[in-house]
Amino acid sequence: MRSISIAGIAQLPSKLAEHHMDAAELVQAVTALALADAGIERKQIGFVCSGSSDYIMGQPFSFVMALDGVGAWPPIRESHVEMDGAWALYEAWVRLQHGDIDTALVYSFGKSSVGNVDDALGMQLDPYYVAPLGVSPMALAALQARALLDARFANERDFAQAVMRARLAGARNPNIPTPTATTVDALLAAPWVASPLRAHDAAVRTDGAAAIVLRAGGPGPKITGFAHRIEPHALGVRDLTTSPSARRAADDAGASRIDVAEIHTPYASQETILRNALGLNDRMLVNPSGGTLVAETPMVAGLLRVVEATRAIRDGAHRALAHATSGPCLQHNLVCVLEST
Amino acid sequence: MSAPVTQMKAPTRLEYLVHAGATTTTFLHSILKGQLVGRRCPVCHKVYIPPRGACPTCAVLCTDEVPVSNSGTVTTFSIVRIPFEGQRLTPPYACAHIVLDGADVPLLHIVGGCSVDEVRVGMRVEAVWLEIPQPTLATVTWFKPNGEPDRAVNDRGEVVP
Amino acid sequence: MSLPTDDLVSPFTLEYTYKRSTGPVIGRFLAGLRDGQLLGVRTLTGDVLVPPTEYEPTTGDAVTDEFVEVGPEGTVSTWTWISNPGPKDPVSVPFAWAMVHLDGASTPMLHVVLSPEASLKTGARVRAKFAETRVGHIRDLAGFEVVT
Ligand SMILES: [Zn+2]
Repeated sequence: MRSISIAGIAQLPSKLAEHHMDAAELVQAVTALALADAGIERKQIGFVCSGSSDYIMGQPFSFVMALDGVGAWPPIRESHVEMDGAWALYEAWVRLQHGDIDTALVYSFGKSSVGNVDDALGMQLDPYYVAPLGVSPMALAALQARALLDARFANERDFAQAVMRARLAGARNPNIPTPTATTVDALLAAPWVASPLRAHDAAVRTDGAAAIVLRAGGPGPKITGFAHRIEPHALGVRDLTTSPSARRAADDAGASRIDVAEIHTPYASQETILRNALGLNDRMLVNPSGGTLVAETPMVAGLLRVVEATRAIRDGAHRALAHATSGPCLQHNLVCVLEST
Repeated sequence: MSAPVTQMKAPTRLEYLVHAGATTTTFLHSILKGQLVGRRCPVCHKVYIPPRGACPTCAVLCTDEVPVSNSGTVTTFSIVRIPFEGQRLTPPYACAHIVLDGADVPLLHIVGGCSVDEVRVGMRVEAVWLEIPQPTLATVTWFKPNGEPDRAVNDRGEVVP
Repeated sequence: MSLPTDDLVSPFTLEYTYKRSTGPVIGRFLAGLRDGQLLGVRTLTGDVLVPPTEYEPTTGDAVTDEFVEVGPEGTVSTWTWISNPGPKDPVSVPFAWAMVHLDGASTPMLHVVLSPEASLKTGARVRAKFAETRVGHIRDLAGFEVVT
């Protein structure tokens, strides 16, 4: 494997609504920051890869219009995934393994404020048996949460504590909307929305953008392992209380001796599943940024976990794990392991 | 056995509230004042209309507002002769790329006020405005011939100065 | 750059009138629903997939051509109560989503349970309730009701 480093990172602050900047402007701003952080000029970049969703942005081919922001004319070598930017990072990492180019620029952008994210995510469900029922991602997560309770792998207090930890850590994160202070008991007193989940168990959805510059060799945290795995489409054939795909991805990525983990949890109940699957324990710092429960920008949240893991290494951690998820009930999971150099 | 099922209806519907953003909002506000305003790239100095947030060649924000002319040159066109769902005009009509004087990239619009057989590359046209402007590019009904002599257009679709 | 104070906003609807080909397996299941019958498909390993697919999801093997009638009763394997249904929900009164393991099936299926919240529990026995008008669609099954 060719050794690839994170040369530069950037994010735009996650906001409840970013109405002023269009997609190209978000991309221009965030990629300029990442390139400046890496000390690399745009024209030195060998490959550009982005992650976004037209259904989220409410605009067919929104990713093509956003390409203006990276200076795609005359044509550059670029690619796009209709997924979270973490998968664009994976594609760029694979592309750099070819050996003919040395740098890649990866970015993602998303706006939860223009439409209904739950409705858009419904588009990824089984179109014959599940999508026509009109089930929401939260209801599906609630079925998973109930299965966890029934298996005694977690209780509702665990869900509330995950929200509390996210809000406490998130209060120190200058790049997200300030989380509302609360107590575990106050959280548990809130009504169920999709029992056993409460409104606050769902991530706070935001608008934003993130970018990463990859470089073969050179200084900066090194990617020592990178993998993603997926589970079957049919919910009925999955054991919703565990995440075999997250476990496999972590094994493939060599996720051991981790100091800090940034994990993508669309719902508080999923933290327990991911902690088990990824082998996280109380000696590790989990989601020092507050994680996605306090700010989840669709298609950006996963890439931003790698940005946050990089920050953790810059702040002194030795090995950090970044995780991204996609699909109903943690269907698809990606793990990227970073190490200080 | 009863009749087999081979197909099912699977309609999808997603609703949005689209915010135009600062750049497009500024452009549409200028239309309310009867003016077409583009943006200039601070690096390559190209003037884009409708304005783009970022210059696709230079990857910098286009921040300078530049009013452009109501008149321009047709650089390519296509005659629409077929009807389709949601069509605003009655066929036949001409869709055209029009490079407005003062702009560097073509605006996609309609050439009207003349027979479609008269529409040609190099033709000089000017904007015809609705009396009561709306914040949309459709406030320019179409571009009509302005009677000026044709301009030369090169193979790359650029108006020869 | 002048920032307009009144941001222009416009509603936008993205709508497609797709029709999907069902293929032989899904089509058979939907025809069964239309006829008031719940069908699973037998896999090479002997499992019964409900709802059926053309492939066995964990191995990728094609399924056999043996269809098996399942239900109409089954057991709730997990559920969630929706106390305040939204416009996209299939029913307008409070209801439950559940994974229901139909008798004779190897896998549970997702649908709604149209019974009071107090009657819902994991392990509850439910019975299929069919819609009055049926066209060959997953919603030909109106849902399940708790068997008391
Ligand atoms: Zn330029």
